[in-house]
Amino acid sequence: MRFNTVIIGGGLAGLTAGITLQKAGRSTAIISTGQNALYFFSGSFESLEEAPQRITDLFTEAGIGLHYNPGVRLMPMGTFRKAVLSLEDISLFPEPKIGNKALIVSFTGYHDFFCSFLAEGLEKQGMQCRVKLLNLPELEQLEKSPSEMRSVQIARTMDRIWETVVREIRILLRDEDTVILPQVFGLKDTSVPSRIRQGVPAQVVFTGTLPPSVPGVRTQMLLKRRYELLGGTYLMGDEATGAHVHNKVVHSVVTQNLGNHFLEADNFILATGGFFSKGLKSNPFEISEPVFDLDVEQAEDRSDWYNPEFMREQPYMKYGVATDPALHALSGGEPYKNLFAIGSILGETRPDLGTGGGLALRSALAAVDEILKPDEE
Amino acid sequence: MKLQEYTLSTHNFEECMKCTVCTAYCPVLQVNPLYPGPKQAGPDGERLRLKDPFFFNYALKYCLNCKRCEVACPSGVKVADLIQSARIKYDTSPPKWRDRLLASTDFMGSLARPVAPIANAVTGLGVTRSMMDAMFKIDHRRIFPKYSPYSFEFWMGRHEKEQAAFSEQVAYFHGCYVNYNYPRLGKDLVKVLNALGVGVQLLEKEKCCGIAMITNRMMKEATRNANHNVGALAKAVDKGLMVITTSSTCTLTLRDEYPSLLGVDNSGVRDFVMMATRYIYERLEKGATLRFKSDYHKKVAYHTPCHMEKLGWGIFSEKLLRMIPGVEFTMLDSACCGIAGTYGFKRENYEASQAIGENLFTQIRAVDPEVVACDCETCKWQIEMSTGYTVMNPISILAEAIEDKQ
Repeated sequence: MRFNTVIIGGGLAGLTAGITLQKAGRSTAIISTGQNALYFFSGSFESLEEAPQRITDLFTEAGIGLHYNPGVRLMPMGTFRKAVLSLEDISLFPEPKIGNKALIVSFTGYHDFFCSFLAEGLEKQGMQCRVKLLNLPELEQLEKSPSEMRSVQIARTMDRIWETVVREIRILLRDEDTVILPQVFGLKDTSVPSRIRQGVPAQVVFTGTLPPSVPGVRTQMLLKRRYELLGGTYLMGDEATGAHVHNKVVHSVVTQNLGNHFLEADNFILATGGFFSKGLKSNPFEISEPVFDLDVEQAEDRSDWYNPEFMREQPYMKYGVATDPALHALSGGEPYKNLFAIGSILGETRPDLGTGGGLALRSALAAVDEILKPDEE
Repeated sequence: MKLQEYTLSTHNFEECMKCTVCTAYCPVLQVNPLYPGPKQAGPDGERLRLKDPFFFNYALKYCLNCKRCEVACPSGVKVADLIQSARIKYDTSPPKWRDRLLASTDFMGSLARPVAPIANAVTGLGVTRSMMDAMFKIDHRRIFPKYSPYSFEFWMGRHEKEQAAFSEQVAYFHGCYVNYNYPRLGKDLVKVLNALGVGVQLLEKEKCCGIAMITNRMMKEATRNANHNVGALAKAVDKGLMVITTSSTCTLTLRDEYPSLLGVDNSGVRDFVMMATRYIYERLEKGATLRFKSDYHKKVAYHTPCHMEKLGWGIFSEKLLRMIPGVEFTMLDSACCGIAGTYGFKRENYEASQAIGENLFTQIRAVDPEVVACDCETCKWQIEMSTGYTVMNPISILAEAIEDKQ
């Protein structure tokens, strides 16, 4: 099967590239090995200090609301972290101070949101906190299998019964100016977080839970739907296992499921992620890239890969695939003519592009621009 | 350095990093609180079961074996295989009579076919269905597929000569459904392949692929069928034939379940077993042509069966349907229909089965197509029963859209 561009990796970087290329009239396919880092998405795009119109348009057209508000967001331990461009559910504050009194609300039996840690963190900063657990009959069903009482399962129920939660909060609320809730709202019905904000007579702050991230799952579903509506082919649960390459030009990739039916294209984008997503692999002797065997920047001596003090910054987290300025991936020091590396697989080899979500979006758009650039000849 | 090769765990369970993505994708977990979910039932539970079989949980029977957890897993853990193997290994109670009855599709087909009109009338009766519910716990609300008065194998026997006249040949693994219930699909395949200049022959003798036996823990029977089928496939492959299929579940079973759940080596034949939509797509891609009717028009919504999604071949059915002039195509969002073979027939699963499917049914009603296209026979029964919409295999739509004379 032939496409204009085959994208390996279906996370934020791959989907952004896919959507932008489809919109420009190019036919694309995305090969996605299972789900991706969006399942751990905080809701804020790390290292994206500006709000380029292209990015906000791309998300708005997919039905994902963003807001731009340089400041900080509340972390699950009651600390704050810098954040700029975020999903609408994420509250952004100009400074690390969100109010005087907070009511922290969670649900009986839900163990992936740590109310007391959050309260302790905020109290250290002089905020008064009160924790309340809601005991909702609608969630008793889920409690029967406590190991699976997860954010996404709760969010499914909340899409139906969020009004009950608003009613309960209104009853509980005394003189608190802030209500803090776990991010378990708006999985399919994206209007729920803003409706809760309208219904509660205090400022409502949604705070991260342990994975899966509900705003992340929602973002993934909406981006994928947008991509497919634009005519993109999303090969879910398949894996690129090799490629046919000649003179630094990639002709086709081989996948696990399609076997001897190769995916051919003019351009290829590698967006397979970092170590977690297996875009990078390591063994005791080297760190490598499994599909094209690209050059991976790394210290020669293994003992320099890591810092024995676990909580310190770890050098291996910065390692990534080497590229030329236009993001063409290198192998043996030579760039491929039609293969681009984008997203977390770059590690921190490209400090100009940032890290995390910012890196995914910036590098995806840069590679797409390179592909769409009219031929010079 | 091949260190990793030596540290592979059964069904990759040690690759699980507890990210819980699978639990977000499990259709059962959304409707049945008694099911512990794929992470707990699969890799988490496996760790415990290895210590002590006492930790085996009988609630694993609620698993649909839809494999959506495997498709969603970012770490390549064979979650559904872990769950099914655990059921096979630790649940040593003999399968119920009901389960044996439901899983023995070949046996039931051979019994019912000669008396098809009577069998169909009887299984359609309310009183029969109530009796089956009372005696076997087969849900009385479930509608049984009708039996055909003649088998596909019989029809093929009468067309053997004309099929042999084609210079190119493929073998067809038709499966129980085409043979006993719906020979029309097999005839449609023959029509399309003949239009491409390809003749169709049967395997020397095929048996039920055995998936229903596997999920109902009839391991002896399933392994016997698997060994038989691998032998029959090998004979066709030795003659230089590709083996074409029209059922996504049979295909997944022949290719993947035989080695991973039954330990039957199919490495010599696996790559030669292929869904018809892929085979036809590849021929057209290489330049073969089909003449389509000029006045054909049909509004089609395509549902990707779970096992097709696991095979990763839905793309071929989609591209083929989009290729037909006059087809107005809608891709339905990926969702399980809920029946999962014999699962939805069992009384204890009926309600969960229908609740799982609701997501898909709502989408179908919203699109309001003339037909739903789908490569799986049990999805067909479920969607037709639950929505009233007609379901056609993409091959049948193709057969309908091409000129009779090419």
